[in-house]
Parts: sequence; C-alpha cells; structure tokens
Amino acid sequence: MTDHILPKRVYYTIFGILMLGTYLTVQIAFFDLGRLNTVVALTIAVIKATLVVLFFMHVKYSTRLTWAVVLGSIFWLGIMFVLTMSDYLTRAWLTYG
Amino acid sequence: MLPEAAHHAHHPALAHQFDSLGQQKEAATLGMWVFLLTEVLFFGGMFLTYAIYRAWYPEAFAAASHELDVTLGTINTVVLITSSLTMALAVHAAQLGQRKLVLWFLVATMVLGAAFLGIKSVEYYHKFEEHHVPGPGFQFEREYFRHAQLFFSLYFIMTGLHALHMVIGIGIMLVMFWWTWRGTITRDYYSPIEISGLYWHFVDIVWIFLFPLLYLIGRHGS
Amino acid sequence: MATVILPPRHYLNDGYGITSWLLTRDHKRIALLYLAAVTFFFFVGGAFAVLIRVELATPAGDLVSDETYNKLFTMHGVMMVFFFLVPVIPAVLGNFLVPIMIGAKDLAFPKLNLASWYIYIIGGLFTLYALVTGGVDTGWTFYAPFSTVASTTKVIPTALGIFITGFSSILTGLNFIVTIHRMRAPGMTWFRMPLFLWSTYATSLIMVLGTPVLAITILLVAVERIFRFGFFDPTLGGDPVLFQHLFWFYSHPAVYIMVLPAMGVVSELVAAFCRKPVFGYSFVAFASVGIAVLGFLVWGHHMFVAGESVYAALVFSILSFLVAIPSAVKVFNWTATMYKGAISWDTPMLYAIGFIGLFTIGGLTGLFLAAVGLDVHVTDTYFIIAHFHYIMVGGTIMGYLGGLHYWWPKISGRLYNEMLARISAGIIFIGFNLTFFPQFILGYLGMPRRYHAYPPDFQVLNVLSSAGASILGVGYLIPMIYLMWSLRYGRLAGANPWGAVGLEWTTTSPPPTENFTETPVVTWEAYDYGAPVEGHVA
Repeated sequence: MTDHILPKRVYYTIFGILMLGTYLTVQIAFFDLGRLNTVVALTIAVIKATLVVLFFMHVKYSTRLTWAVVLGSIFWLGIMFVLTMSDYLTRAWLTYG
Repeated sequence: MLPEAAHHAHHPALAHQFDSLGQQKEAATLGMWVFLLTEVLFFGGMFLTYAIYRAWYPEAFAAASHELDVTLGTINTVVLITSSLTMALAVHAAQLGQRKLVLWFLVATMVLGAAFLGIKSVEYYHKFEEHHVPGPGFQFEREYFRHAQLFFSLYFIMTGLHALHMVIGIGIMLVMFWWTWRGTITRDYYSPIEISGLYWHFVDIVWIFLFPLLYLIGRHGS
Repeated sequence: MATVILPPRHYLNDGYGITSWLLTRDHKRIALLYLAAVTFFFFVGGAFAVLIRVELATPAGDLVSDETYNKLFTMHGVMMVFFFLVPVIPAVLGNFLVPIMIGAKDLAFPKLNLASWYIYIIGGLFTLYALVTGGVDTGWTFYAPFSTVASTTKVIPTALGIFITGFSSILTGLNFIVTIHRMRAPGMTWFRMPLFLWSTYATSLIMVLGTPVLAITILLVAVERIFRFGFFDPTLGGDPVLFQHLFWFYSHPAVYIMVLPAMGVVSELVAAFCRKPVFGYSFVAFASVGIAVLGFLVWGHHMFVAGESVYAALVFSILSFLVAIPSAVKVFNWTATMYKGAISWDTPMLYAIGFIGLFTIGGLTGLFLAAVGLDVHVTDTYFIIAHFHYIMVGGTIMGYLGGLHYWWPKISGRLYNEMLARISAGIIFIGFNLTFFPQFILGYLGMPRRYHAYPPDFQVLNVLSSAGASILGVGYLIPMIYLMWSLRYGRLAGANPWGAVGLEWTTTSPPPTENFTETPVVTWEAYDYGAPVEGHVA
C-alpha cells in the first residue's frame, strides 16, 4: 500500500475552508430562512465532515476497503434513521374516529 | 519471502502474527476504521433521539438552544478544528520521520483538546448556575418547561459523551507522545500516530454536527 | 496404520500455570477460556429455566410470587441471550478456528482478543451481582417506562453488565473482520474459504454495526433511571416506543448473530459427513452476507402492537418476508449437498440434520409472524416463545453441539465416546421437541407469555413441556460428562480423524501454538473432496 504523503499546504487549505464554513454556519443562523436554516446548517456540516474525512483522514487516498467502511457506516446510520422515521412521520396518517 | 518482509523480520515493532510491517499497518488501519464505524452507530442512536424530539418540540428546543452560549460554542469549534489540523500535521511529520515536530504537534493537539474541555466546563458551570441542569433544580419558562428539560438532557448526554471521548483522545495522545519520545515511532513505523489521528478527527466530526444542532436552533429570532 | 501419538509440543502444554492461561495471547486458549465462561452462564440461565418449567407444571402461580416470576424469566433471558447465545459460537469455535482456517498464526489483535474475554467476564460479574442482590424483573427486553421509572429492581447493574459485555462482542467482531480481510494465507482467496468463515464474517458485521446501538440504548436507560431525564417517559415528553426502536435495531440483528454462526457450522458438517462440496457454495456465501444486511431492516416486526404506525408495520412486514429467502437458500443447498452424498451418521451429522429440521420449523413460524394480521393475534403468547426457542435452541445450540463434537478431536487431541454422543443427541432432539412443540399450540390457543398462572385447560400441554424440559436437561448434561472424560481417557484422535478437507485438519491435534509449522499455501478449492484426502494431511 503506497503511503501518500500530502503536502502541508493541502492541510492548511482545508483548514481555511473549515474555518470559513464555521463562520458561515454561525452567520447564516442569524438570518430567518425558515425551514432552510436547518438544511443549510446540516449541509455545511456535511461538507466540513467530508473534507475532514477525505483529507485529514486521508480517505481520498485510501483503499477501497476503507471507502467501503466509511460509506457503510453512513449507509447503516441511514437505515436506522429512515426506517425509524417511517414510523414517526406516518403515525398521524391513520387516525381513528 | 518478500524482501520487505525479510528486512523487517526482526523489526522490533513487528508483532509475531504478521508477516510484514505493511500487513501490520493495514490491519491496524482497518481495525481503527471498523472501530470508528461502531462509534458512528453509537453516536447515531443519540442523534436519532435528538432528531425525533426536535421535530416534536421545535419551539421549546429553540428556546432552550438560545440559552447556550454561541460565542463559546463557536470558539470551541474553532479550537477543535485547529486541533485536527495540528493532528494532521503530527501525522505528516511522523511520515517524514521528524520526531521533534511530531512531539510539538502532539503537544499542540493536546493543549487545544484541553482548552476545548476547559471551555466546556465553563459552559457546564454556567448551565448549573442558570438552573438549566435537568433534575429537581431545573428552571425554565413555564410554557416550554418539560420539553426544554428534554433538550438539556440531550445537550448534557451528547456533549458529555463527546467530552468523554475527548478525554480518552488526550490520553491516547499522551501515550503517542511517550512512544515518540522514546523512539518507538519512526519513519518505518508510524501507524500508531496515524490511527490515533483517525480517532481524533472522528471526535472532531461529531462536534462539527453537534455544534449547529445544539447551539444554532432558531437563532434568527435573537 | 501408524499408531497415533500426541504431538510433543502443542498449545495445551505450551506453558503451564494459571498465568499462562489468564495472560495468554493464544486464540486457542482464549477460546477455551470462553468455553468455560459461557458454559457457566449457560447453567445459570438453565437454572432459571428449570424454575420456570417447574412453576408452569401447575396452573396456579404457586411456586413463586408474581414479582419473583418476573425476575425468573428476565434473568433466564438476559443470561441466555447476552451471555450465552450471542458469544458462544463466535467466541468459542470462531476464536479457535478462524486463524487456523485461513492459515494464520493468530488473530490480527491477540491482546485485544484477551481483553474481550476480560470485558465479557466483568460484564458477567456486574450482572451476577444484580442477580444475587435481588435480580431484575423488566424482561430481557427492558421496555420503558417500566425499566426506567417503575421497576424497583437492579436494572442499572444489569444494564451496565450488558453494556460492558457488548464491548466484548464488538471487539471480537472487529478482530474477525480485520483477520479475515488481511491475514489469509497465500492462495486462500475469499471463495476458497470454508463457509464457516463466511458466516463468521457476516456475524462480525452484525456485531460491529448493531451492538453500538444497544450500547447507547442501555446507557440511556441507566441515565434515565438515575437522572430522570425523560427520553422514554411520556410524562416528561418522551416516547416509550423510541426505546423499542433503538432496542430492536440491535436485538433483531442479534438473533442473526446467534444463528448465522450455527449455519456456518452446519455447512462444514454437511460437507464433511456427506464427503461432498456444499452445493452452490457462492449462493450460501452470499446468503450469509444477505442475512446480515437484510436482518437490519426488519426490527419493527417486534413492534406491530406497540403503537408504531401501521404503514411502517407493513414495510417491516414485507422486509421480514424477504429476510427468509437467504435462509431458505441455505436449507435448500444443504439438502442438495446431502443428495447422492456418502452420508455417515456420526454425532456431528446428527446435530446438523437436527438443526436443518428444527431451524426450518422455527423459520417458517417466523414467516407466519411476519404477517401483521396473524402476529397481532399471537404476539406476546407462547407461540412467539416456541418460535424463537426453535431457532435458538433447536438451531443455535444444536449447531454449537455439532461443531463442538466435530472439532473436539482437534481442540483436545482426543476422541469422545461416539455411542454415548449419539444417544445424547437423540435425547436432546426428543426432549427439545417435547418441550417446545406444545408451546406453539399453547400460544395459538391464547396462553400469554410471562404469566405463571394459567387456566387449567392448558395444564396438559404445560406438563408435556415441563417433562420435555427435564429430558432436555439430561440430554445436555451427558455430553458434559463424556467430553470431560475424554480429555483424560479418550482415544487419541490424530490430525484428521474424520477424513475431512480443511486447513484445520492438516495440522496436528491439538495444534501447535503457532497453528502450523509452515505457513500453508492454498492451491485447492474449499471442500475439495474430489482429490484423495491424504494429499491434504500434514
């Protein structure tokens, strides 16, 4: 397995983007975007997390197996959320009387 | 037998069940990733609980979230992301065999981690003073009393579990510092630093999600 | 034929004294440490079963009080599920065999393996502490808000015990996954691996994906009890059904943790005792992984009457039908393997056939229960109890005993008494069916589970069940005796007493500490019974 050594400037660049993302998250929170507030906040969080995973954790240069573990964990989390929500979001659909 | 394996046959860091340092590194890395997978599911259960109750009690959660200190939370986010940078740089230095630099970056990571925990303690103390700790002493405006208490229960459990993982992370870094100091970590054998880094970055990622979800609900009102 | 002798140096005599066992890194010794521990917990859980069946022999709830009876079935479930069924085959047979079957010297992380055992013991001690200081009465399912608010029993120590033992499960699964991915011998490709390894791998996936959710759920129960936070308490804004979602997200896949390894054992036994490769090898391999994946999508079928949305219930119902398919594929393939095979009726094969029959019954009744309309009528009755005992006892335990007998010569270097073993297998089969088949009828007729008093009309079936339980108990005790006896007085086994194909049969019995004198290079397919067996013997 080749050990990819990233140049330091990559780390500094990602750090900069993460700082920018943090700043944006806080600023946008103070504007009323209705339901979009949560969507935007989570989108920025997902982008930040993705950058940490790809570059700080070197996943971009890792084996397929590592990718499988990362994607698998997200997928399984998704199963837990989606199927549980299938209960909570549909409870009100059927009302009796 | 592969030349690489023959050269490392007597490498002090090679465990007997492995044929080569390369195999050992791959195994260690995969092991840490599988462990992080378990942590995703562990924290995931809490995030699911949070999601359901936030969907059920949006106003109470917003009101409760306003009582958290955005400034301190933002500072902590910056601190933690910086510590991820120093951690990444520590791994980078280890890959190049730069022992002194590894030690400095590990110290920086630990200091930033401790700073995070310090700020967190201050926040917890504020919550205690303001009677926002769930239990008999809890106080909140009447309209949202019950569900704000639920929010704070989630707040303390989620940030508490996260803080516990930070403490463990600092402990791991101390061990890494010690191993680097005494020369166990070399250009050929630095995977302990790398996989400790994976753990540290994961704890950072949990916070990246915790921060907006706990601190920034419905802030546009204020 | 050459006289069989014990190898001069093997893992059992490689170091004497208690510390050489308690501080061992050898996966084979750790497997035996687990064997002792799980057997102990099996007897604890079994003792509760005895008390339950004695109580249920009469319609009146007269042996113990209501509260005590609640504790009996709770402790029976907790001990059997978390401390016996979940770990038994992976930690005993898996630990022993995984490195040998892939041609490695040990697991990827031997020290972590030992730590797993200690974690398991500590978790067990917490739970035993809870047991001797009053017990728990919530049911092994710990439903909220009874477990979090109303129960006055030792919920927290039990919850802590299970939380801690969960880590043992996670770490074992992690160890197996890394080992199977990264430590296979040269030539041991994925599709040359014995199917026991595919099952173990699939089981390990479930262990690492599901157990953490149990951990957080149990933690929340303990926290809620201590601090009254209200996650599952309706008076504080919480939802008790959320507990059930989180609990069953693990606990349904957990039943596949219990049965998949047994299926893996059965694949090995059927191939060895029919002297044929398993029919449709890749289908069985993929079915194992399929069960692991699909098993995560069905948990809501435990909650059809709990208040979950009927739309979600229908989704879970359909998915529950789907998960039966890979299991059925395996049953068909084992049967096809036996067709025109040279079948020998040794004890392990008797257990394998017992597994196939009893698992089929248990699995089919699972399909009945997957239908919401039917489940609504028989849920929380003895029908459910019969269903899961057919799988866990008729399935897992028969698989375990079959595997224990099959690999006993490899583990101990000795042969057990085959006549006694066959008789025991028969006693177990009869005792088991007499215990649990009447329970299907009882449940169908309406007898609720977790009740110790019942209408006199149900007594005949209950007495049959209790009688069966006593026969089953005898059936379990006899192997303990002859297996222990064989350690000292059994005939020496030699490397390959069954004439089977597999890397474990190419090394000595017992194996040396490092498993092989030379790293094997694998050039043959799994279950290569076409070639003369001698070619595979060391």
